[in-house]
Amino acid sequence: MEYKAFQKIFYKVNRINKATCVLQSHMASYDEMAVVHGRLAQVVKIIGNNVTLQVFSGTDGIPTNAEVMFTGNPPLLKVSTELAGRFFNAYGKPIDGGPEVEGENRPLGGPTVNPTQRKRPSELIPTGIAGIDLNNTIVTGQKIPFFADPEQPYNQVMADVALRAKADRIILGGIGLTHDDYLFYKNVFENAGALDRIVSFINTTEDPSIERLLIPDMALTAAEYFAIDRNEKVLVLLTDVALYCDALSIVSNNMDQISSKDNMPASLYSDLARLYEKAVQFPQGGSITIIAVTTLSGGDITHAIPDNTGYITEGQLFLRRDSEIGKTIVDPFRSLSRLKQLVIGKKTREDHPQVMNAAVRLYSDAANARTKQENGFDLSDYDKRCLRYAKEYSEKLLAIDVNIDIDKMLDTSWELFGRYFKKEEVSIKEELMNKYWNDKS
Amino acid sequence: MIATATKTGKVTGIIANLVTIASQDPVAQNEICYIHVGEERLLGEVIKIVHHDIFVQCFESTRGMKVGNMVEFTGEMLEITLGPGMLSKIYDGLQSDLKKFDSLFIERGQHSAALDAESLWHFKPLAKKGDIVQASDWLGEVLENAVKHRILVPFKVSGKFIIESIVEEGEYRIDDVIAVLVNSDSHKLEINMVQKWPIKRPIKFYSEKMRPFAMLETGVRVIDTLIPLAEGGTGFIPGPFGTGKTVLQHAIAKQATADVIIYAACGERANEIVDVFTEFPELYDPHTGRKLMERTIIIANTSNMPVAAREASVYTAMTIAEYYRSMGLKVLILADSTSRWAQALREMSNRLEELPGPDAFPMDLTAVIANFYARAGYVTLHNGESGSITFLGTVSPSGGNLKEPVTEATKKAARCFYALSQRRADQKRYPAVDPTESYSKYLEYPEMQSYLHEHISTRWIQQVTKARDLLIRGREFRDQINILGDDGVPLDYHVQFWKAEVIDFIILQQDAFDAVDAMTPIERQRYMLELVLQISNMDFKFGSFEEVSGYFKRIINVLKQLNYTEFKSDEFESKNKELKKIINEKRIS
Ligand SMILES: Nc1ncnc2c1ncn2[C@@H]1O[C@H](COP(=O)(O)OP(=O)(O)O)[C@@H](O)[C@H]1O
Ligand SMILES: [Mg+2]
Repeated sequence: MEYKAFQKIFYKVNRINKATCVLQSHMASYDEMAVVHGRLAQVVKIIGNNVTLQVFSGTDGIPTNAEVMFTGNPPLLKVSTELAGRFFNAYGKPIDGGPEVEGENRPLGGPTVNPTQRKRPSELIPTGIAGIDLNNTIVTGQKIPFFADPEQPYNQVMADVALRAKADRIILGGIGLTHDDYLFYKNVFENAGALDRIVSFINTTEDPSIERLLIPDMALTAAEYFAIDRNEKVLVLLTDVALYCDALSIVSNNMDQISSKDNMPASLYSDLARLYEKAVQFPQGGSITIIAVTTLSGGDITHAIPDNTGYITEGQLFLRRDSEIGKTIVDPFRSLSRLKQLVIGKKTREDHPQVMNAAVRLYSDAANARTKQENGFDLSDYDKRCLRYAKEYSEKLLAIDVNIDIDKMLDTSWELFGRYFKKEEVSIKEELMNKYWNDKS
Repeated sequence: MIATATKTGKVTGIIANLVTIASQDPVAQNEICYIHVGEERLLGEVIKIVHHDIFVQCFESTRGMKVGNMVEFTGEMLEITLGPGMLSKIYDGLQSDLKKFDSLFIERGQHSAALDAESLWHFKPLAKKGDIVQASDWLGEVLENAVKHRILVPFKVSGKFIIESIVEEGEYRIDDVIAVLVNSDSHKLEINMVQKWPIKRPIKFYSEKMRPFAMLETGVRVIDTLIPLAEGGTGFIPGPFGTGKTVLQHAIAKQATADVIIYAACGERANEIVDVFTEFPELYDPHTGRKLMERTIIIANTSNMPVAAREASVYTAMTIAEYYRSMGLKVLILADSTSRWAQALREMSNRLEELPGPDAFPMDLTAVIANFYARAGYVTLHNGESGSITFLGTVSPSGGNLKEPVTEATKKAARCFYALSQRRADQKRYPAVDPTESYSKYLEYPEMQSYLHEHISTRWIQQVTKARDLLIRGREFRDQINILGDDGVPLDYHVQFWKAEVIDFIILQQDAFDAVDAMTPIERQRYMLELVLQISNMDFKFGSFEEVSGYFKRIINVLKQLNYTEFKSDEFESKNKELKKIINEKRIS
């Protein structure tokens, strides 16, 4: 972001909070950027002559006689193909030692795509991970987060997905990324020879937390440029959106807003929807797919952050450690891809929907059997078969290190059905049964 | 509009979409204004007045707005335009026709006409010169897709008028004068096919509102069979995210017996609108054989559209519904999700720094919801015809907690309650309607009971009650088995549990994505309920509990195949034979 100060300079700052300051002016326009004491800030409230500015890098050291300039512009990003392969901070400034990007200025947080100009998503994104492709198939134009406890290897999984996704462009929005994870992404992309396909906007834990508020908008503004102007298939990775929400709550508390559940602003739903709804499939072929990470605290998905997220996104992918096989799996129970029905059985083999459902149902029978076992009851023969099935299902299909194609996932499922169950226990449409049932295994 | 001296004001403050304005002119609550920002005129609604300070919710982004910006008050409340040509349209919350925008993005300040000025309609008069008429009386009709769209005396006309002249049958545009009315004061009115009405004000030009008495068929078994919705009734579907609210609403939008379906997407995903407008033009109304889109109106205020218009969107839907009801039509509104509307109220109330109620929602939330639901209903019109609005909304309880304010307030207002259970959704038992928590008050109405007697069967209610009891008992047996272990309970507990599972799998569960299973006509529902109840009345001989589950799984499997097969086809009958064979293996008669 580069701004020419063209407006009057003000000195008198009345009130200073952790994230905001209030000054007297009758010139400010809503949402515009300002420079306070050399720091970028944004107008978030105007009451008469009192203008509240949100200072992105924090207010520490700002004096009451600070120099303030209004830029007359909303936050901007310069877009062009020069963005490719580059790393930027939250303001869109290069952090990779390279030159500034030349291009057209685009405002962040632009208007909404007319819903009638959208196309229904229908292109499958294969990831090789059966927990995703088989049970929770994702498609271009979808928005879906990983819900994961902080210790889960979500960044690795995201990087795998990104590289296998065959996107034209990958845009990484690092929101409060640890420096190590930042380097991890950099290395993975570099080693895969994919660096020129990637644009990164990074705010690490070392950077001020309010700056994070700019990252998703930066990433999505760049994404809209590539998807619309250049007709590309764009994949946006946002990690970790929970930290974005924390920054929102700091600002809203600083502005004395009444917070709703879990100290989050009452507008959290709208704030998140504004970002996630940028995911889109255009009829011309360009698309924006958003894969995000929302870390949970103590696995609690009723917390306002995952709860609002789940109401907005098109499903969620739960990562959980399966202690029996000692691996992280994509939990088939709470995970969901709402767009899977647009492709499964249509773009994939006809038996996909029924096989997927049957496999999960049997896995859930195994969970019941395990409860029985833990309560000290005898297990029936069916229970025992379920448990053996569940272990193998988990290992061969749910584990995140699986990397096979979808036909192989379906064949594996039939193989497990045939090995552990009778036909009626699997209960699938007869015509499919006749065609695929496999009891040789 | 008559040119009066314009009323103006100036912006004095901006917090997100709340704008404060100072004005010396008289301004009314809920009056509409335009805020000038550069070249653009942004639409706003007055929501609070304190002396000369006017609080306005702006329906568009306030980016770039400044203190001192000029504001122009219109003297009118938020109104929509009513007339032929609304069916098949996709509107935003303020009734702009979204297809008329040619840009990819919805630019700020952009609005478009709700109706098509140039379309010709074949008008047939229903009234004649000399007739005495009043607001909402039918002057004539045009055929809008398959719907007889009555041209009404505008709702705003007050008092009785005589028809001085009315045009002959023929082709007319919406703006053409089709009748001239005159009253006893010689006051003349030229009537065309368009009228306007403020969305927050109920349209009440009917002679009587009756208790609902007829079932509204949805083709969804768990609803029609166990928890029926009534024509002119109200219901709501609360459920955590991912439990199937939207899929259920889409199924009902496709299958319900209604003349007009209004689908209000209120603060939800844009792709769900895309689903509707991609599918509906390809699908057929199972009752009329016409394209589904022909009877559908979509109101799209998706979650990334301006928050203030979210509240307006549900009122827009209701007002359009009331307009079609006044023509003697059967209208169904599906609103997804009413929680987003309540949240929009909350955002605004917080910015106004009003005293917050529970969970920071406005104090009057319950009253606002109750008033809104009360606009639905089955009515008799002045001419003796009847029309109805059935309203079914979803609620998105935060954290999945049904004790939160929006769910509680809606429970007081709506008569059917379809609780979606996380547990059932996790088990992929879709639709995840919890059969024991959910209820339909209409089932208790004597008029509804006699309707069911007459239209389905004399034993229907008895059978439905039986099925419900079996489900509740099945749940108790399941709990007992879980506590005491498979071996710790009598064999009969297993049998009872599995008999309930048969009802669960065959009646409750329904695959919304299977061409045959998705929609079950009432005749077929009657047949299936009868069949599963017969099975639960039978006695079987079992040696062990393992045998019980194995056996019932086979029964469920065949019954499921039945659900997937064309009703009474050869295949259906052969599956039926297979079922009889399995039954006879263990049945003791
Ligand atoms: N009747 C059904 N049959 C099959 N799958 C269903 C059914 N209802 C819901 N689902 C599954 O659940 C997902 C979420 O449903 P949805 O209606 O979008 O949930 P909600 O609106 O409650 O968040 C769907 O995408 C689909 O995969
Ligand atoms: Mg939904």
